[in-house]
Amino acid sequence: MNEAWIIVLKRDLLLAFRRRSDVATTLFFFLIVSSLFPLGIGPEAAVLSSIAPGVLWVAALLAGMISLTRLFAADFSDGSLEQMLIAPQPLALLVLAKVLAHWIVCGLPVVLLAPLIGLQYALPNDALLVLVLSLLLGTPALSLIGAIGAALTLGVRGSGLLVALLVLPLYIPVLIFGAGAVAASQHGMSAQAHLSLLAACSLLSLVLAPLATAAALRISVE
Amino acid sequence: MKINWFKYSSPQTFYPLAGKMIPWFAWLAAIFAVAGLYISFAIAPTDFQQGEAYRIIFVHVPAAWMSMVIYIVMAAWAALGLALNARLSAMMAQALAPTGAIFTLLALVTGSLWGKPMWGAWWVWDARLTSELILLFLYLGFIALQSSIDDPRRADKAGALLALVGVVNVPIIYFSVKWWNTLHQGSSINMGAAPKMAATMLLGMLLMALAFWMYTVAVALMRVRCIMLERERSTDWVKELSLSVQSTAGVKS
Repeated sequence: MNEAWIIVLKRDLLLAFRRRSDVATTLFFFLIVSSLFPLGIGPEAAVLSSIAPGVLWVAALLAGMISLTRLFAADFSDGSLEQMLIAPQPLALLVLAKVLAHWIVCGLPVVLLAPLIGLQYALPNDALLVLVLSLLLGTPALSLIGAIGAALTLGVRGSGLLVALLVLPLYIPVLIFGAGAVAASQHGMSAQAHLSLLAACSLLSLVLAPLATAAALRISVE
Repeated sequence: MKINWFKYSSPQTFYPLAGKMIPWFAWLAAIFAVAGLYISFAIAPTDFQQGEAYRIIFVHVPAAWMSMVIYIVMAAWAALGLALNARLSAMMAQALAPTGAIFTLLALVTGSLWGKPMWGAWWVWDARLTSELILLFLYLGFIALQSSIDDPRRADKAGALLALVGVVNVPIIYFSVKWWNTLHQGSSINMGAAPKMAATMLLGMLLMALAFWMYTVAVALMRVRCIMLERERSTDWVKELSLSVQSTAGVKS
């Protein structure tokens, strides 16, 4: 069972490595969206650092979302998804491997790039640290919840926009706790409560989301 | 005597039953609405703080209640449809969604109409308003997903799963928005500590809620009848029904 899990993970990472431009697109999207806000709002450091937590978190949310449609689409079109459905291993476990690969490819780079953009937004050092920590704790939840939406809209017309409509409302708690953690540390308060809640969101979705995604895949493929 | 619990679980038997129930619920809705509106506009006293403008809560609060109740009922039907693989349950969920979305919208609009004279702003990022807005997004997502999938069986199941995911998330969203709100906003607006309501006000509100409830049942049954006819149009019972309707129409004309 473990073996299948690792094979799927390795395979997805290898596929992503072979199509590096897909990964770069997500990252560039994050970069561009977060660079647009200073252009629209103005370069005052005080204003920028006060909107930074929200803007960076929303940008991370959107970057994670645009890559969701790719999560199952390729496997669906070449038939390997059906093989996973009839595999003896539990589907939820294989889904978890795919989601983990998606997070490593699309979530982790955003987490690593975020402090650089945080610097552009004149965030102080403590807040930068909390930003990275909050993204590290929160982005897995985004990939996990997003996988449900990706599975439900598999092969549906206009799935890219539909996935946004389905998934973004479910992302709201993660956004609130994530941006709240950074804002709290900016105001000299402890970010611990927010980070704990963020970790709770991730853990809860770690337990429930793969099961829901597996059920959604069975509905979509049947 | 053995009761057949599943007698009305097939569209063929439920269609005439729904047709018989609709007038009852419609009349109940009308009676409750007349009584509720009379109490709220003629009998209920003017609020000493808010004046006459407070009367909008007689529509606003029941609409907000119904928007939440309908989502839970919809998810329950969806779960039933998913667990028992019952077509009719999924059709009920589909029939309830638009009414739920309309009540959510009504609650938002009346809320902002009430907010203008009370808070001086059409929109305030109050925890309840915000979570009501998110509830509207959840309804719209459900409707959009169902309408963009052509295969009705898949649309039913996918919608059901989304409704269940939504129901798990609703409390999380509600509390996150509530905490977000208390962090970001001063205590200039405090809806939580509402003053004690006069008994007549409460009665008016309850009657309006009952009216909305009966209206929801009547409208959902009407909609589910349309969905049944549309989905089962190739079956014998629908063909017989349409033939009999045509023949009675022919006799009249």
